[in-house]
Amino acid sequence: MLLVVVEHDRGVMAAATEDALGFARSLGDDVHALWIGEAADELASQLGARGVAVVHQAHHDLLRDYGPEAWGEVIVQAVQRLAPDAVLATGTDRGNEMLAQAAARLDAPFAANCTAAERNGEWAITRVRWGGSLLEHATLDAPTAILSVALHTFDPAGVAVATATAAQPLIEPFTPELAAELARTLVRDRIERQAGITLATAPVVVGGGRGVGSAEGFAVLEELAGALGGVVGCSRAVTNNGWRNHTDQVGQTGTRIAPDLYIACGISGAIQHWVGAMASKHILAINTDPEANMVVKADSAVIGDLHEVVPAITAELHRRHPR
Amino acid sequence: MRILACIKRVPAPGARINITADGKAVDTAFLGFTMSPHEECALEAALQLSESHAGATTVLTLGPREAEEQLRYAASLGIERAVLLPITEIDWDAQRTAGAIVDAIRGIESEHGVFDLVLFGNESADSCGFQVGVRVSVALGRPMVNGAKSLEVAGEVARIQRESDAGQEVYELPLPAVVGVKEGINLPRYPTMKGRLASKKVTIAEHVTDVARGGLATATLAPPPADVHASLTTILGNGAGAAPAVVDLLEQLGVA
Repeated sequence: MLLVVVEHDRGVMAAATEDALGFARSLGDDVHALWIGEAADELASQLGARGVAVVHQAHHDLLRDYGPEAWGEVIVQAVQRLAPDAVLATGTDRGNEMLAQAAARLDAPFAANCTAAERNGEWAITRVRWGGSLLEHATLDAPTAILSVALHTFDPAGVAVATATAAQPLIEPFTPELAAELARTLVRDRIERQAGITLATAPVVVGGGRGVGSAEGFAVLEELAGALGGVVGCSRAVTNNGWRNHTDQVGQTGTRIAPDLYIACGISGAIQHWVGAMASKHILAINTDPEANMVVKADSAVIGDLHEVVPAITAELHRRHPR
Repeated sequence: MRILACIKRVPAPGARINITADGKAVDTAFLGFTMSPHEECALEAALQLSESHAGATTVLTLGPREAEEQLRYAASLGIERAVLLPITEIDWDAQRTAGAIVDAIRGIESEHGVFDLVLFGNESADSCGFQVGVRVSVALGRPMVNGAKSLEVAGEVARIQRESDAGQEVYELPLPAVVGVKEGINLPRYPTMKGRLASKKVTIAEHVTDVARGGLATATLAPPPADVHASLTTILGNGAGAAPAVVDLLEQLGVA
């Protein structure tokens, strides 16, 4: 049996859970879900349509909101009760955190961000390192494999749901024993983000790197982004120089972007940046160096100084599409 | 306030990562080394908190003897004490690493007192395991939150903010606590010349320890499958004269 931990925030299921459900279906037909906290009843049918045969509902006063320790402990007790072959979640911040908590409590191995898994006696898994620029093939020796599924690397729609299970799943409530102390890591408060286009959702991102040269140098990138209804991003070199806030950073330790178009200006394309930008549908590099990694990997490129090329593009846009 | 920051020496790859002939490791023959970016921010957080709360700071790493380079870098920023857990293998798995760090922390704390805060990076840049800090916190029985983008201490409470899909989540952990820090929480300082010179004199304490291997064993490393951008780059032109060709492309892509 494969047990998928449903990631949700106060009852709203995270879209990322699809990845773990699809991955579990690719491993076997007997897929169960673990729903931590109340408000799962109405979601049971949604999970049935995704191939889940049984939903285990963990109810406890401590589970009114997310907390890494409490959720980790619930996973531990579910594993002990159900002895699944594997317990899975999607490799989001919360997914990796709660599985690491569970693995630590069980003193069991945990493989984060897997792209493949197979059981032949021992588990053989493939996972991503370096933010996706290296694959690791590893063996995992444990009665229950604890795996997170690398976000956006697995196509859940590609795994059909067996018709026998595509019905109302069984609901199995259980009450975990949770020490009051675990309340210490529950979410205490929230600060809502103001509405608007973000780096993660913008259709066009205009990124600047070391080649921009200064904080002021980003003005021409802002103008181009404005003309295209996009936002400005940057590389780690830029934030390290204090030219832009880290919230604008695209990369392994910044934001992963996936716009229709990424215009990379004066960016060399080191691994750190590339893994944050590689999901872009089209990449246009503007760089003085035709050998720069960003130029070599881009779909299209202009060889030249961004300080001349970018304003010329904005001017041409305004000429063809006057406002 | 006593603060410990745990860091990891990692290769600093440029545009590509090469693998050794046996497929078991990253070929570091032509690479420099650094520490994981999140951990640079953990060091900075430790320094800022010690400056505002009259604290004492320690840096710890498990790694080869060469990791002394990263410990001295931390010392050059102003971290007072440095601890090396030397290993001879390339890397230890996460369970084994965490076990050794827990041993070392217990040893240091029995002599010098409990660390109010133990800081880690959110994940290491190379192995990306997302778990050593969590394992250490569980073994020590201390609360832990990963991914901190803000960290303040008031009295006996660490107030942490981290990003979520909807904005920021706030956590309040009683001290002593463990916190995983994410880049962006601060802008790490650079060492001063005075700091660099002073760092050469810092004594590096060694805790030699061994712990059983964990259950996850690397077999081989491999490059990722060819990505969608692997085809040849279309050069649209040179300099400002390429603007019309670029706007043609923008129109084709439907973004103009």
